[in-house]
Amino acid sequence: MQRRKACAGSATTAGAMALLLFALTFVTVYLFVTKTWWFPRAITDFGHEVDAQFFRTLIITGIVFVLSQLALAYAVFRFRDRGQKAKYNEGNQTMEVLWTGATIVLFVGLGIMARSAWAEVHFRPAVPGALQVEVTGQQFVWNFRYAGPDGKFGRLKPELVNASGGNPLGLDPTDPEGKDDVVVPVMAVPVNREVELLIRSQDVTHSFFVRELRLKQDAVPGMLIRVHFTATETGVYEIPCAELCGLGHYRMHSTLTVMSDADFQKWLKEQAAANQ
Amino acid sequence: MATHESAAVHAHPAPTGFIRKYIFSLDHKVIGIQYWCLALFSVFLGMALSLLMRIHLAWPNLKIPFTAGGQISPEQYLALLTMHGSIMVFMVLTTAPQSGFGNFILPIQIGAADMAFPVLNMLSFWTTFVSLCVMGAAFFVPGGAPISGWTGYPPLSAMGEIAGPGQGMGQTLWVIGVAIFCGASLMGALNFITTIIDLRAKGMSLMRLPLTSWAWFVTAILGLLAFGVLLAACILLLLDRTAGTSFFIPGGLVVTDKLINHKGGSPLLWQHLFWFFGHPEVYIAILPGMGVASHVLSTFSRKPVFGYRAMVYALCGIGFLGFCVWGHHMFVSGMSPYSAFAFSLLTMSIGVPSAIKTFNWLGTLWGGRIQFTCAMLFAIGFVSLFVSGGVSGLFLAQPSIDLFFHDTYFVVAHFHLIMGVAAIFGIFAATYFWAPKMFGRHLHEGLGKIHFWFTFIGVYAIFMPMHWLGMLGHPRRYSSIEVLTQSNAQYASIHTFITIAAVITITAQLLFLFNFFWSLKKGKKAEVNPWNATTLEWTVPSPPPHDNFAGHLPTVHHGPYEFSVPGAPKDFIVQSEAPAMKRG
Repeated sequence: MQRRKACAGSATTAGAMALLLFALTFVTVYLFVTKTWWFPRAITDFGHEVDAQFFRTLIITGIVFVLSQLALAYAVFRFRDRGQKAKYNEGNQTMEVLWTGATIVLFVGLGIMARSAWAEVHFRPAVPGALQVEVTGQQFVWNFRYAGPDGKFGRLKPELVNASGGNPLGLDPTDPEGKDDVVVPVMAVPVNREVELLIRSQDVTHSFFVRELRLKQDAVPGMLIRVHFTATETGVYEIPCAELCGLGHYRMHSTLTVMSDADFQKWLKEQAAANQ
Repeated sequence: MATHESAAVHAHPAPTGFIRKYIFSLDHKVIGIQYWCLALFSVFLGMALSLLMRIHLAWPNLKIPFTAGGQISPEQYLALLTMHGSIMVFMVLTTAPQSGFGNFILPIQIGAADMAFPVLNMLSFWTTFVSLCVMGAAFFVPGGAPISGWTGYPPLSAMGEIAGPGQGMGQTLWVIGVAIFCGASLMGALNFITTIIDLRAKGMSLMRLPLTSWAWFVTAILGLLAFGVLLAACILLLLDRTAGTSFFIPGGLVVTDKLINHKGGSPLLWQHLFWFFGHPEVYIAILPGMGVASHVLSTFSRKPVFGYRAMVYALCGIGFLGFCVWGHHMFVSGMSPYSAFAFSLLTMSIGVPSAIKTFNWLGTLWGGRIQFTCAMLFAIGFVSLFVSGGVSGLFLAQPSIDLFFHDTYFVVAHFHLIMGVAAIFGIFAATYFWAPKMFGRHLHEGLGKIHFWFTFIGVYAIFMPMHWLGMLGHPRRYSSIEVLTQSNAQYASIHTFITIAAVITITAQLLFLFNFFWSLKKGKKAEVNPWNATTLEWTVPSPPPHDNFAGHLPTVHHGPYEFSVPGAPKDFIVQSEAPAMKRG
């Protein structure tokens, strides 16, 4: 009795299901192809490489997605109960081996292709002479420290931290190397020069994120983490915090300005003067 | 291998009093329904929390009752998301598919009179209940519920009140609640494993085990290995919070100009412990759904599962690899970049058994005679969602791409599709499929279909757009987008769309609730085997008597999915049916 009832309604249900799966596939593909919503432009060579790898992955997953959804839609409609006899089929060894092999090659191959981009940012250290910027996360601001003319960062002492008193990082005033350090709440870097970030946190875990650099790195208390990048386009970019850090997480925010080298030197001098 | 005699030892007499029958019951069926009810309560609670979050994201100025100032504050938003995640992951996705349906169906499906340890079974449910109460109590203590997310990363979760509202008593209750839950899950896992190994009926070899039972088996092993680690992590965190230890808190931390008196700990230690549990947890949530999907697709295609052995190997493969990939949650954590690359390749390879399962589900449908019951619709929906949620995993598994997507809405889209709604579709498929057996009455199929269409379209409308929010670079766990100037208008319009979809989808779930309670009273009475299915639970009355088989444990002669066998008189052969030559 149950079977007869299901049989009667099956054409409409099968059609609706197939149509829905088709619509889902079509709309998804359409939104990706027209790039209705897309990444902000990448401004590093590394970023372009990541975008290329994203595109390769999109093609492969896109094919898997479209074929699977459409095959599901087809099967649901084509094999709906019309009183036919189901085909007894317990499986097919050859097909199992074939699609296991194919997915291993595709998926693991894709993973291996992604290696070079990852290696570029993490397997090699920054070049000598890269501009060093220390990035410190604290609830709920970013602070950026430049070493000043001597090229050396001064000593920090946690017990000296006094954000309201103008020493948010706890710079030790007795250390001569710290005298010329510049601490600012916004970041600027020169274009086309490698920048090394020394990322740290003073309280909880934060995350440094600049979309256009295609770069994200957690700022972990107790660790000093180094990453590097070379921006190739000037402009102003957001630095949101990307790791839940407390009630003000949503407003922990700064900006990165990429400028010409001359502008950068000028900017740094102005900041140093204001810092004194 | 079990025999009738050894299984009979575990039988216990039917209780007579109300309390022993319905409250502190030893009967696996009652306990299964208790778990299912706990999950039903929790899923509506968790959904209500998400509704508040969605409304806040789309219309932040809307007046909301029961909140200070009529609006949701940033800390309340974070408390909502922490509790939404914790309740959904622990109390719904871990309890309903495994402890709920597993408890009710598994012993009958393998031909046993009860679980191996009935008292332990009762204890594990009531421990889970205590855990829910302790966790829920966090809402009502000063400071409110914790704000550190369901992942509870220290030092935010370890430093106490100074880290933010809810990080005092609320966070302590959360840690204790999760620890108690770990204990409950360990008891459950032991019971499941023992039951499957020891209490299978005569003839029920491992390769005749229905895929649902295989899934519960592998899930129980994952639970046994994963929850122990989380329990240890929770104890360490609790000690950091209350006993002044420093497992997760390094020295020299300063919060609001105050030096924190801890030193020597590592925040990454928690992340490793947590994700060593957390990634297998994803499979704890989804494997039973895979089992149900295989089972239901086969039953209503009137065809054997395509590649049964491959399905079993894939389940085991996913289970094993699930323990080798936790590092992909930590690509931006500061972990060694070399191990990140190793974790990446291992994660890419977990796509292989997942793809095998998908192809085999399609193979099961192919050439079948598909009957669109509600259970079948949800199983088909499960396959579609599993594919949609799975492919985005291939992006996140690559560290270089994850550098952008980590902690954006892309991740939110990915895990909600695959471990959230796909698992929920597994639960719904199981509910429509087994309700006749569990409650003796069918759920209303017409109402169920309306519920399915709203839910299927709804979840796609909610979670697909989140991929694009992620591509635009929208960080997750933001209570407001007011400071994000870049792409702000696009964020706002996508958020509004998602919220409208969420309101409609959540409303449609009331239809299910109505259907369930109406059907309990007025639904069509269930026969012994209304779906013409093949496994043992369809050989006992609906609902089954206290000791399942009335003392006569079945003998199994057939594989689990013998549908449309050429030459057979009917299009299905029940596992316990006498072999063909004797039938004559």
